[in-house]
Amino acid sequence: MSLAPTNESELAEIVAATSEPLRIYGGATKRLLGQTCHGVELTTSGMSGVVTYEPSALTLIVKAGTKLAEIEQLLDENGQRLAFEPIDYCRLLGSLGEATIGGVVACNLSGPRRIQVGACRDFLLGVRFVAGHGKLIKSGGRVMKNVTGLDLTKLMAGSYGTLGVVTEVALKVMPRPETVADIVLHDLSDGDAIRALSQALGSPFGVSGAAHVPNRKLTPLRVEGTEASVKYRLAKLADLLAPMGKAEIRLDASKVSADWRDIRDAGEFAERSGNVWRISVRPSVGPELVEILRRQLPESTALYDWGGGMIWLLVPETQTAQDTVIRQGIANLGGGHATLVRANENARSTVAVFQPMSAGIAKISAGLRRRFDPREIFNRGIMN
Amino acid sequence: MLMPVADDRILARKDEIVRLLRRAVLDGVVIADPAETKAYECDAYTAYTCAPLAVVLPNTTQEVAAVLRVCHEQGVPVVPRGSGTSLTGGALPTADSVVVGMSRMARVLETDIGNRFIRVEAGCTNLSVSKFVEQAGFFYAPDPSSQIACAIGGNIATNAGGAHCLKYGVTSNNLLGVTFVSIEGEILEFGGPFLDAGGLDLLGIICGSEGQLGIVTEATLRILPSPENARPVLFGFETSAQAGACVSDIIRSGTLPVAIEFMDRLVIRATDDFAKANYPDTEALLIVEVEGSIEEIEAQLAIIVAIATSHGAVSVRQSRSAADSANIWKGRKSAFGAMGRLGDYICLDGVIPVSQLSLVLQRITELAATYDLKVGNVFHAGDGNLHPLILFDENLPGQLEKAEALGAEILRLCVDVGGCLTGEHGVGVEKRDLMPLQFSVADLDVQMSVKEVFDPAWRLNPAKVFPLAASADRQVLQ
Repeated sequence: MSLAPTNESELAEIVAATSEPLRIYGGATKRLLGQTCHGVELTTSGMSGVVTYEPSALTLIVKAGTKLAEIEQLLDENGQRLAFEPIDYCRLLGSLGEATIGGVVACNLSGPRRIQVGACRDFLLGVRFVAGHGKLIKSGGRVMKNVTGLDLTKLMAGSYGTLGVVTEVALKVMPRPETVADIVLHDLSDGDAIRALSQALGSPFGVSGAAHVPNRKLTPLRVEGTEASVKYRLAKLADLLAPMGKAEIRLDASKVSADWRDIRDAGEFAERSGNVWRISVRPSVGPELVEILRRQLPESTALYDWGGGMIWLLVPETQTAQDTVIRQGIANLGGGHATLVRANENARSTVAVFQPMSAGIAKISAGLRRRFDPREIFNRGIMN
Repeated sequence: MLMPVADDRILARKDEIVRLLRRAVLDGVVIADPAETKAYECDAYTAYTCAPLAVVLPNTTQEVAAVLRVCHEQGVPVVPRGSGTSLTGGALPTADSVVVGMSRMARVLETDIGNRFIRVEAGCTNLSVSKFVEQAGFFYAPDPSSQIACAIGGNIATNAGGAHCLKYGVTSNNLLGVTFVSIEGEILEFGGPFLDAGGLDLLGIICGSEGQLGIVTEATLRILPSPENARPVLFGFETSAQAGACVSDIIRSGTLPVAIEFMDRLVIRATDDFAKANYPDTEALLIVEVEGSIEEIEAQLAIIVAIATSHGAVSVRQSRSAADSANIWKGRKSAFGAMGRLGDYICLDGVIPVSQLSLVLQRITELAATYDLKVGNVFHAGDGNLHPLILFDENLPGQLEKAEALGAEILRLCVDVGGCLTGEHGVGVEKRDLMPLQFSVADLDVQMSVKEVFDPAWRLNPAKVFPLAASADRQVLQ
């Protein structure tokens, strides 16, 4: 039995009255993210619907339990979209159900376009949430620029429901470009591929996705815009990347979109067993890191996104101490972070899923949690 | 403007505190002579002044840490300061405070073109960052009007924007990491030259925190490849309402200009006298800039010009050369200076939903008439960030108060239509007491409790951002 409040005041009453920790979720598609976490189930899916949508102001305000698919459809009908391209974790985590916008925000999910336009948190204009004392709090608003007071909005994005139960979010939406295409380089080593991606991302040709799939030796670069503009920029990129050898230009928008959804969701790993890590580092050190990790964690497989700065790593479950190996590797190469996004329950309760923090930052984070959630009732332990 | 009464016990210990500060910095400077501290009595918000107890200009992060340790131990308030270009009194001292100025920490520490970031000290000016990577074909996107002078540290404190943030976002969207000194003098690293550090988004809350949480000493910034070309077009309209409606339609059309700037007649005339940019003599004008290849620019401009024409644009001036472009921007960029020649002014910074532009401009005109004051409008229309400039005469008794009262009404209007008090200038002391217009007691309590996690004793810029009445009890309790 889940608690399913249908409005903010019901939720506030539940939070104020509860004596048990709450396990908060939206569509239950990402329940396997984070450390294992237990409590009385509470879903925000009863709070659903569009509050305000103003296409000419690029603004969408929705209740937290609104399904992501509904939002994407509404935007699509109006020639707009969520530019941060949230990952769909259903495939990788094998979850049923449908993602809600509240869950996307709680996990700050951003896809390949992250490198061009920013993360989910960059499009979050405001939030309303119920904090641990049962009071409704609002932060930010619905406008594009806002430095009025401390930015609790950013803090709520990616807090995995540990600071409060988000009830409503205001998002900046963007025009959907006329078309999408990509240029795919072939047969490059990881190092050459990342160098090519960096070169393209350092050009003015508006690359909106830059990935590398080592298994298939494919290095796709995505371009979006009007048809004329896309063709122009693909030609420019082809010139720029000519020294890298064979390149294939793909103009079939539906095929290209499908392939980029696959990249976004790490589709290649969905059907394969093993733990999955998401690693964020400086792009230039990615290949070296992967080489070290392949050596130290045999049979590991990598996928690169974000121009090489984000690495999905599939590691056999049997590899012991993989967290230490991966995080040591990152530290030796100048820093970054690694998150274990798919693992069995045992691993999730014994391994640090999120990158361990320095003592000073851990102290501040704990202090913030105490203020927002003094009774430790929200998704207790999911982030530590 | 009410400021807290200086603590006599601190004033009485000035010599001792200055001695400790001098010991804390090796190469840095400590200024204690009242003739010299006077230079720090205000920032660009000049309506109120107060010289601090002392000023420290540290040379390194370690020195900042040592200085903050002294202030923490001695219970002395700290006022962080970048270049002092705040329009809201963010760096306004109290007599018992120590100003920590970042002007000597202006070094570029690391440039990494391949990984598209630059690491600089917080005293670097905004423009110098772009200049530093220009040769490599890159730039740093946030471009506040004060970019020649303002410091990156101050940009982070106010989450600074600028004309081009319509496309490229504000400071928080371009900030990857900071080195930060806590009030206890602990040096902490948030984020770094990689994306989306795990854990709570502390970088997100530090950005825009107006010196409430600690002092940023270094920043890792995202740099972007410069566009192939950029070209502005200028439109004149007979009414502000037409210009406002045109902005909404441009955004709705799916073209994505990098900037859409608005000026009204008062500002047009002032800048034209000043900068000789040859602007049309119309009620309102828009400058719209687009980027890309020549073909892309022409395609976008064709759509934009058609929209402006459909809204009755009476003047269309398309740039044909770099000189034309510079000329179109010249008036806009000198607008604040030009308005200064008309008299004293207060510059507001409210933000509204773009769809409310026409309504709000109309209401501002009506409000100004009620107060018998002149208001000029020059602002970033694309993201609804208004900068009404309220003209007044500081030498006439009561005029400043009257202008402030009008300012408060305009900001209340912004909040009422779904907007906010400040988009890029910050709250500072200027809008501190207006915060309850936008936030409930519970909202402000949560924000203040966040401050207390970083600064339990309320030493960092304590008289800013939060209404004094709201923070008074908490400050005593702590």
